[in-house]
Amino acid sequence: MLFSSILDAIGNTPLVELRSFNAKPGIRLFAKLEGQNPTGSLKDRIALYMIRAAEESGELTRGKVILEPTSGNTGISLALVALVKGYKLLCVLPDNVTRERELLLRSYGADVVYAKGAASTNDAIFLAQQMLAEEPDRYYMPYQYGNPNNPRAHYETTAEEIIRDLPQVDVFVAGLGTGGTLTGVGRRLKEHNPAIKVVAAAPHPGDLVQGLRSLEEGFIPPVLDETILDGRIVVDSRNSFAATKELLEKEGIFSGISSGAVLATAQRVADRIGEGNVVALLADGGWKYLSTDLWTKTYDELAPELVEGKVWW
Amino acid sequence: MATEVKVTANFQKLVGGQRAVFANGSTVSELLEDLEATYPGFKENIIVDGQLHRFVNIYLNDEDIRFLSKLDTRLEEGDIVSILPALAGGA
Repeated sequence: MLFSSILDAIGNTPLVELRSFNAKPGIRLFAKLEGQNPTGSLKDRIALYMIRAAEESGELTRGKVILEPTSGNTGISLALVALVKGYKLLCVLPDNVTRERELLLRSYGADVVYAKGAASTNDAIFLAQQMLAEEPDRYYMPYQYGNPNNPRAHYETTAEEIIRDLPQVDVFVAGLGTGGTLTGVGRRLKEHNPAIKVVAAAPHPGDLVQGLRSLEEGFIPPVLDETILDGRIVVDSRNSFAATKELLEKEGIFSGISSGAVLATAQRVADRIGEGNVVALLADGGWKYLSTDLWTKTYDELAPELVEGKVWW
Repeated sequence: MATEVKVTANFQKLVGGQRAVFANGSTVSELLEDLEATYPGFKENIIVDGQLHRFVNIYLNDEDIRFLSKLDTRLEEGDIVSILPALAGGA
């Protein structure tokens, strides 16, 4: 593989069969390893699509600062694209993300502000929107939660790769963050074969999460098309951690924590169907989560405030 | 048949600050009626115009009832129901 730019190395990630997870005959489980992208997550795909589209439409011009609310992965991907293309990036993070994310963002040359006291990504979104409203000429905000180029990237690239590598897919499982992966991949897969089921794995916010000040501050990402979904399974931190660990121990795949939730969901679905191919999209590698001690301690040895109510994807 | 209902932060104040309560009903809808009887005002926060509030997700064990039979989803002995707010996911 010869590329003229690191940006050309985005996508075309491996689809690997998880043989030790194939619990019963007739069921095959496959993992799409998005951690193999240049910055280690699936968000490289949407960062490139969103920035390229903004350049073409004229919304992003030289001298504008790219501003984005993110819990990490999208910010790091935008930081790569911004660095290669010569833009400045300012990320708005909730204050409950792992330390590695800020370090990575700064390594790529991005600036970081924290939405203080943010219980969830919600507050980071609201702060970024407020900053944009105050200085609309200074910033360009890709806004992954509402940008159609987010699902488009997955429709045109991620889904095409899956169909190319495994034409017979019966169930597709991915984590629910912006909804871009589920909407984009799900829509394309259902065009390929309307019988394909699309299932979302959602993080349980945990008992310690502050939640919303009022229910009216609830948030459903505009890019999420719920009509594409056939099911949504909530997975708590304990089960996500356990499956993430199991994936490394059994298959040698070092993934992020949302991947554990996705894998646990894929196994639930696999238990229910008689036969078929289940594709689980694993959003990132484990590198950004090493500081959690997930792989070196048991769940009960971890301090509750370190594992409950954190943003894992 | 008593079903355990787990509630997160926002909804805990509707049930006297508890993290989990027990209620009766053979469907989710009946369960919410029973909670309303014990905790007046509970239901209006969850149901709007006969539909589940768009920012409220109810899970039967770990499955979103919107993809089961919504409020008519049937409950079995030992089921656990969780009521969670819709929050932005990390990304």
